[in-house]
Amino acid sequence: MGPLWLLALIAGLSFFGFVLGRWKSVVLSGKGRGTLAARPGYYGAYVLIWTAMPALLILVALSIAKPFLVDHTVRANLPEQVLSNASQLSLEISGVQQVAAGLKLATPEELENIRIGVVAARSVFARHGLPLGADVKPYQLIAAGALNLVSDGLDTAVDAAVVAALAFGLIFAFVRVKPRLRARNLVENTVLALLIAASSVAILTTVGIVLSLLFQALQFFSMVSPANFYLGTVWDPRFAAAGSTESGQFGFLPLFWGTLYISFFAMVVAVPVGLFSAVYMAEYATSRVRSIAKPLIEILAGIPTIVYGFFALTTVGPLIRDYIAMPLGLGTSGNNVLTAGLVMGIMIIPYVSSLSDDIITAVPRSLRDGSLALGATRSETMRQVILPAALPGVVGAVLLAVSRAIGETMIVVLAAGVAARASLNPFEEMTTITVKIVNQLTGDLEFTSPQTLVAFALGITLFVITLGLNVLALTIVRKYREQYE
Amino acid sequence: MTEAASPLPSSRLGGTEVRKISKVDIGLKRRYAAERRFRLYGLLAVTIAICFLAALFSSIVAKGYTAFQQTRISMIVDFNPAVIAPDGDRSPAAIMGGNAFRFDDLIAASLQKTLEIDPNDEDALYDGLDLLSKGSAPMLRSMIAKDPSLIGTKRNVDFYATGDVDSFIKGSIRADIPESQRLIKDKHIVLIEKLEKEGALRLAFNTGLFTNGASTRPEMAGVGVALVGSLYMMMVVLVLSLPLGVAGSIYLEEFAPKNRWTDLIEVNINNLAAVPSIVYGLLGLAVFINFAHLPRSASLVGGLVLTLTTLPTIIIATRAALKAVPPSIREAGLGVGASKMQTVFHHVLPLAMPGVLTGTIIGLAHALGETAPLLMIGMKAFVVEYPTTPFDPSTALPTQIYMWATEPERAFTERTSAAIIVLLAFLLAMNSLAIILRRAFERRW
Repeated sequence: MGPLWLLALIAGLSFFGFVLGRWKSVVLSGKGRGTLAARPGYYGAYVLIWTAMPALLILVALSIAKPFLVDHTVRANLPEQVLSNASQLSLEISGVQQVAAGLKLATPEELENIRIGVVAARSVFARHGLPLGADVKPYQLIAAGALNLVSDGLDTAVDAAVVAALAFGLIFAFVRVKPRLRARNLVENTVLALLIAASSVAILTTVGIVLSLLFQALQFFSMVSPANFYLGTVWDPRFAAAGSTESGQFGFLPLFWGTLYISFFAMVVAVPVGLFSAVYMAEYATSRVRSIAKPLIEILAGIPTIVYGFFALTTVGPLIRDYIAMPLGLGTSGNNVLTAGLVMGIMIIPYVSSLSDDIITAVPRSLRDGSLALGATRSETMRQVILPAALPGVVGAVLLAVSRAIGETMIVVLAAGVAARASLNPFEEMTTITVKIVNQLTGDLEFTSPQTLVAFALGITLFVITLGLNVLALTIVRKYREQYE
Repeated sequence: MTEAASPLPSSRLGGTEVRKISKVDIGLKRRYAAERRFRLYGLLAVTIAICFLAALFSSIVAKGYTAFQQTRISMIVDFNPAVIAPDGDRSPAAIMGGNAFRFDDLIAASLQKTLEIDPNDEDALYDGLDLLSKGSAPMLRSMIAKDPSLIGTKRNVDFYATGDVDSFIKGSIRADIPESQRLIKDKHIVLIEKLEKEGALRLAFNTGLFTNGASTRPEMAGVGVALVGSLYMMMVVLVLSLPLGVAGSIYLEEFAPKNRWTDLIEVNINNLAAVPSIVYGLLGLAVFINFAHLPRSASLVGGLVLTLTTLPTIIIATRAALKAVPPSIREAGLGVGASKMQTVFHHVLPLAMPGVLTGTIIGLAHALGETAPLLMIGMKAFVVEYPTTPFDPSTALPTQIYMWATEPERAFTERTSAAIIVLLAFLLAMNSLAIILRRAFERRW
């Protein structure tokens, strides 16, 4: 049986268990064997949980264990000289898997012929619609046979274990259903356990991010030393040609410079515009203006970044090239730092403005009223009382915006260019960390070559930088909030 | 404010008073000017932000609205049985097989008739064929395979014009630039004018934009396949992230004791919401594809990755909604003897549901526009066929936009903008739904 059939069986029997448990509790209480300790539905759910839970746990555990057991079997059946060649091992294993799939297609008669060597396995497989790249070697046949044996055996074992668990759970729980059984407690504890499991998905995601990035990045750092990576000034990864030992140069600094330079321009646009609009919204705008302008500005945050990227590529880039860069003789490319920075700044305006708005309105009214009562104008109150009081919060907001700019991908992929260089001219093409992650991971992936793995090293660096900025910003904002609470 | 703006009538006062007041007055003038400037900066900032928004929308609409119409060339095709089925076999398999060029011959014959080209004039024929999409012959072939009864009849067929002709008709390739720099030559213009005079050339609503898959020819390319891929992903995201998010938030908001572990989860969720989405893509690539060996480019994997990116948003929205339910509801529930679990599931959660749904829709809208993580897991494949299950290779609307955005042809730019308009329309619809839901079910306690 396939896993889907097993799942269907589990679902069906669990439902049956629910009906059965509910029915028994109703019947028993109707016969006057005592009042129920919980509502009948809970008895149904009690049987359901006992039926489904053990079976599901067994199914999941064995499904996770199966690939490892199969892999172990294949390795145990491969000859020494194949195992010793570490770089080709994964290829060999997938070869064996193909042969195993072919053996399943062949008829018993053909299998016998292959075994005694009358016909070539490759031609038999080809007849069944499975063309292989090379002739089947004898040791592959042996390993594939073992693989099929173990994998079929495991499948049968899973089927048997699941069916046994279902039967046991159903009968056990059904027998235990009595009016005095506190069914609700078990049901509620199970639900609570599920709720806890759901809430820890967030933790699992973080752990997953860190572990997966770290694992691949460490592999990269075993090929290229961290010092060469973080202090290198040349980015020239070369192409990942099969079997080539040439590794190229992976200098992180030009990418980092491009990222910072573009983020700088984004901030030059976003911080003044965002901050002043927040001030205007909080202090001057009538409620009618606010009710129109605020949602309009917030639309900017809801537009997908690919749309900004396209806007930068087709509208802003050519404008800047034709009307500023070319007349000044500073650059000829529509892809440049200024374009990417400007458009990214537009994207970030709402983040700065809505966060600053919250922070400005959180400054206690008494400070504002006191200043106004002393005769200060509104702008003086804003500049000399409210903004200084709100400064830590505003700094936090700006840091969050910087972290967003650094991690932004689609705008820079389309508008910043791919040339890794560190220069001061904002009309030149430059590239960022995120662009290079995308570049290195499109096309053929080879999880053993530094050209692919470098993306994970870049990824974990990016993760650490943004995480640091976020934690810093959130701490500042939280401290600031406490100050006025 | 208004009286502050007008200067005091100091001239009417006499003697020492004038000096005193004018001293104060000078200061006031400066201060009020500074006030006005400050206010102006604020207004300017708001205006700039809104102008950016307007520029963004108008540039995309201006580039894209033309793509909803497409140039068609309709010609009478003689479905000649001697050409289509020379050996008399009219089964779909026989039509799809055999010499592929026989359908080009059919098109050439009807073109010669429509444009009154001399059958011996090969150059004129090729100039005419230049106007038609290179996808015309395959189109004709599958049309016949679907309906073999066409064979032997004469029927009017709408062919697509090439992307360049389409751009020319819509005016984005202009006739007044020198011929050598133009993609449509003078000889083509003559033919186009002839077709227009005969009424064979017309603009029709571009249905292909919504039904076709990826294509190297702009006139045959559409977002249909990408829409289906996005739909599958949204379903996966909804099925996974709504229960997970709601269950997680219920625990954190209603049951979790205040301790280090729950504090950690809390900080974690806030940080996850700010992790760059491309990092989630790397996670998906390393875990789902490299480790779990799920198929690359499958919408299932895309949905899983997007679930992880949306989960923090949904959890934050759900917790806010749960927090907004007043404690009196819980106390009343507990007071009449309900267990804590019953109180939450029978009373608190239903009351929080509108807020949860609003948050979920906004999270989904965000996921729909997400691009970078999908590039990481290979969802930028060239997919022509509709995916039938979430395991099939597929592409998504934003990645389709990304792939088209880098194509240089004018016809592709137009289609990219049109695809963006479609994407924005979906986002607008989802956000409006969220706002309507919030308005309809919002309760003030």
